[in-house]
Amino acid sequence: MNYISSIGSYAIMIREVFKKPTKWRIMKALILKEIDELIFGSVGILIFISFFIGGVVAIQTALNITNDLIPKNLVGFATRQSIILEFAPTFCSIIMAGKVGSYITSSIGTMRVTEQIDALEVMGVNALNYLVFPKIIALLLYPFLIAIAMNVGIFGGWVAGVFGGFSTSADFVEGLQLDFIPFHVEYAFIKTLVFAFILATIPSFHGFYMKGGALEVGKAATTSFVWTSVVIIILNYILTQLLLG
Amino acid sequence: MIKVNNIQKSFDGTLVLNGITTSFEKGKTNLIIGQSGSGKTVFVKCLLGLITPDEGTISYNGKIYSELTPDEQRDLRQEMGMVFQGSALFDSMTVEGNIMFPLEMFTKQSKSEMQDRVDFVLKRVNLLDANHKFPSEISGGMQKRVAIGRAIVMNPKYLFCDEPNSGLDPKTAILIDNLIHEITEEYDITTVINTHDMNSVMEIGEKIIFLKDGVKEWEGTNKEIFKTDNEAITNFVYSSELFKKVRQMYIEERN
Repeated sequence: MNYISSIGSYAIMIREVFKKPTKWRIMKALILKEIDELIFGSVGILIFISFFIGGVVAIQTALNITNDLIPKNLVGFATRQSIILEFAPTFCSIIMAGKVGSYITSSIGTMRVTEQIDALEVMGVNALNYLVFPKIIALLLYPFLIAIAMNVGIFGGWVAGVFGGFSTSADFVEGLQLDFIPFHVEYAFIKTLVFAFILATIPSFHGFYMKGGALEVGKAATTSFVWTSVVIIILNYILTQLLLG
Repeated sequence: MIKVNNIQKSFDGTLVLNGITTSFEKGKTNLIIGQSGSGKTVFVKCLLGLITPDEGTISYNGKIYSELTPDEQRDLRQEMGMVFQGSALFDSMTVEGNIMFPLEMFTKQSKSEMQDRVDFVLKRVNLLDANHKFPSEISGGMQKRVAIGRAIVMNPKYLFCDEPNSGLDPKTAILIDNLIHEITEEYDITTVINTHDMNSVMEIGEKIIFLKDGVKEWEGTNKEIFKTDNEAITNFVYSSELFKKVRQMYIEERN
């Protein structure tokens, strides 16, 4: 019953986010600030993780090719497919749920605890629009992050494959080009956009409606990470079934 | 003027406010007093529209809040200023930014007009030197003055303060009390202060409402509080030895 009530509250929150918009002059500044914090602030960690995961995928694929009949270009092919289809859009989103999600929950939750949200509401400001809408717009740039993650991940695979002696550069590049289906990239970006909306709204929901003090802010950040990850994983399954199934 | 008519509010079956009827006059400093847990904060939040009473009505200059549309309620809230217990200043903004915020949100003033208004308010709350500092860089008393500045920058008709001098030293507390009282008279605002500070009661309480267990137990002025025979308020106000002696002296002087 609690879950149903939370889903209802979440739906009402989404409706309120798009009501009574804040002045564009103020909103523009808020959006730029969120782009800086949520997008540019995540570039480093995503590049770092993508590079090494790409490398690990390449090495593990190469080590599992025990039959000589399997072509060597499979290393590049498997790296490309894993990175584009799953690692970049889904795995990165789970990481972002931890990094960006907990930041959103704790910052909004702290505003709730210190009565800053009450102050906004007393002034007649639509607090949900003021706080959540800029995050949704900023995270529309999330696919650009994922595009970077895809490229760096594949590059990491190439570095590990070639310099680790698991594949030649020519084989790896041949594998990258083999049976390339452009729709797979579209599919990845469609998923990414849906996940971006989830990353902006579920952590905001947990922060905005939290009750209690500093300890509860920490608990809300943890709960928000768990639920954002769960929803991303479920939606990943549904979207894959709908778009590729 | 704010009129409160028989409001009730309960949480999880516990009655927090029970049939409160009163009024708050324009240009006066109205105080709500009572022990912790007596329903003061819930009462002020009902007045602000942050909590909806289960029963009863609250009207602002004849407009019943619950009968207004959400947009009209938001417009009415723009006529209210609030000083929160913990100041509730926006951490990411400077002192000047905090005070300018309502002007940026709700007026079409030019940057220079807004700056003039902010400078005027900063001067009024004696904070001209702190305008570029962040809330974390200033003292509790200064934060309260910024909160008062932010609350009055839009020339509100109603000013609400939730324990404005809690956590402050006695001297700063008196400064804050006096500032609120002066602003109330100067701008003819209806001010409602939620407090359990007896100095505030004696100094600025033009009208006092005493709540006990969610019920309005007593209502009167700071002069009348000396004469009242109401046992509940006498026990509350004169719980400290100092105030017991003050009252004794007052009674002896009167006799």
